[in-house]
Amino acid sequence: MALQVETQAGEGTSREELERVEIDLLLEGIYRRYGFDFREYAPASLRRRLWRRIHAERLESVSGLQEKVLHDPVCMERLLLDLSINVTAMFRDPSFYVAFRREVAPLLRTYPFTRIWVAGCSTGEEVYSLAILLAEEELYERTRIYATDINEAVLDRARAGVFALDKMQAYTENYIKAGGTRAFSEYYVAAYDGVQFARSLVENVVFAQHNLVSDRSFNEFNVIVCRNVMIYFDRSLQGRVHRLFYESLAPLGVLALGHKESLASSPHAEAFEELDAEEKIFRRVR
Amino acid sequence: MAYELVVVGCSWGGLAALGRLLDHLPDGVDLPVVVAQHRGPDSLRGALEATLRRRLERPVVEVEDKDPIALGRVYIAPPDYHLLVEPGSFALSVDERVRHARPSIDVLFESAADAYGERVIGVVLTGANEDGAAGLARIAERGGAAIVQDPGTAEAREMPEAALAAAAAATVLPLEGIGPHIAELCAVGVS
Repeated sequence: MALQVETQAGEGTSREELERVEIDLLLEGIYRRYGFDFREYAPASLRRRLWRRIHAERLESVSGLQEKVLHDPVCMERLLLDLSINVTAMFRDPSFYVAFRREVAPLLRTYPFTRIWVAGCSTGEEVYSLAILLAEEELYERTRIYATDINEAVLDRARAGVFALDKMQAYTENYIKAGGTRAFSEYYVAAYDGVQFARSLVENVVFAQHNLVSDRSFNEFNVIVCRNVMIYFDRSLQGRVHRLFYESLAPLGVLALGHKESLASSPHAEAFEELDAEEKIFRRVR
Repeated sequence: MAYELVVVGCSWGGLAALGRLLDHLPDGVDLPVVVAQHRGPDSLRGALEATLRRRLERPVVEVEDKDPIALGRVYIAPPDYHLLVEPGSFALSVDERVRHARPSIDVLFESAADAYGERVIGVVLTGANEDGAAGLARIAERGGAAIVQDPGTAEAREMPEAALAAAAAATVLPLEGIGPHIAELCAVGVS
């Protein structure tokens, strides 16, 4: 007897197309079961991260992961870490911090008090870097940094401020290239196999859970730093997050993106002027 | 069916090899050429792009996130990012290094195979590591065309040798032969 089941016209039978269906179903399931919405993440990097988790769970397919994740919240926790940790480093891209000192610090100096939002702060390396820069520019005392991430577990690590000892040499080099004015080792003490950064650096930092995909604006900011976070989103989600940032920026507020990001997907691109084109630092002028 | 994309991976000695390959790519070939060349995170942004641009007629661009993929251009992966291909556009990531490399050739090739299937031509050039081997195997497995620089002509032979071990059916050519072979593939189409 002939098979009665045929694939949909237009939906080919190739492995890639079948996998796309499986991924759509997995993301829909995660959204309905747990409320985390990855449906508009950029597909190529999302697929790589999903497969890393599939292999780590000793599974063989996206559908296998779907079954496990939907029935086992602990597995979902692990997947959430995979999907939300953005690898970063202290003073990553030192030239960005040089430009921040040169272009943004003088602007901040004109205000009695400023609020900075580090959106998608992950494990906090960027937050501590920024705090050090602001302290050296004598701006820290009148600044409050709001550091947010989708993932509570990641925020706990950011709060703790403990980083791997073997990274310190690279971070010290970055710090010097970033225009640091002191000895980097003044900011931390050795603790077990890591280093503990000075608690004074997070005195004015509020760590809070915030989901860029689904949560609204929660304050008005003079600076928003969101570097290499939106590269994981597709264009339409990028557009929505850009709108959120626009609505959260004070007049003449500053938006800092990663080196290879742009305002191309922002519905408010014309409201910004470039403060530093190379370093992707923009200022809201309208 | 026609080929739509060429992806190229190179490492040690890659800049010279890449220039030579592109010099011998016939003008009639207008497929986008996407390059992952290993380089340090501190390497000057835009430097590779500028060097190639001086030498080539084709527009050379360092990719920005979500750039559309256009015909006739040479695209370079930016330093310290992985470059991934999606249908019709690029995406970047700062995920962990893969085999010590960011950009990783495997990441580029595997994403190209996933997005373009048999319509991809993958090319592995000189290099002193094994990046690109798994990616080229994925391209071949999905029905795309695999090309490897003749290890005997490569400044560093480890990378082409590893690619050949992983994708045994790949076509082996010296640098000057790769461009004309790509032109032939385009004329014939995906078999």
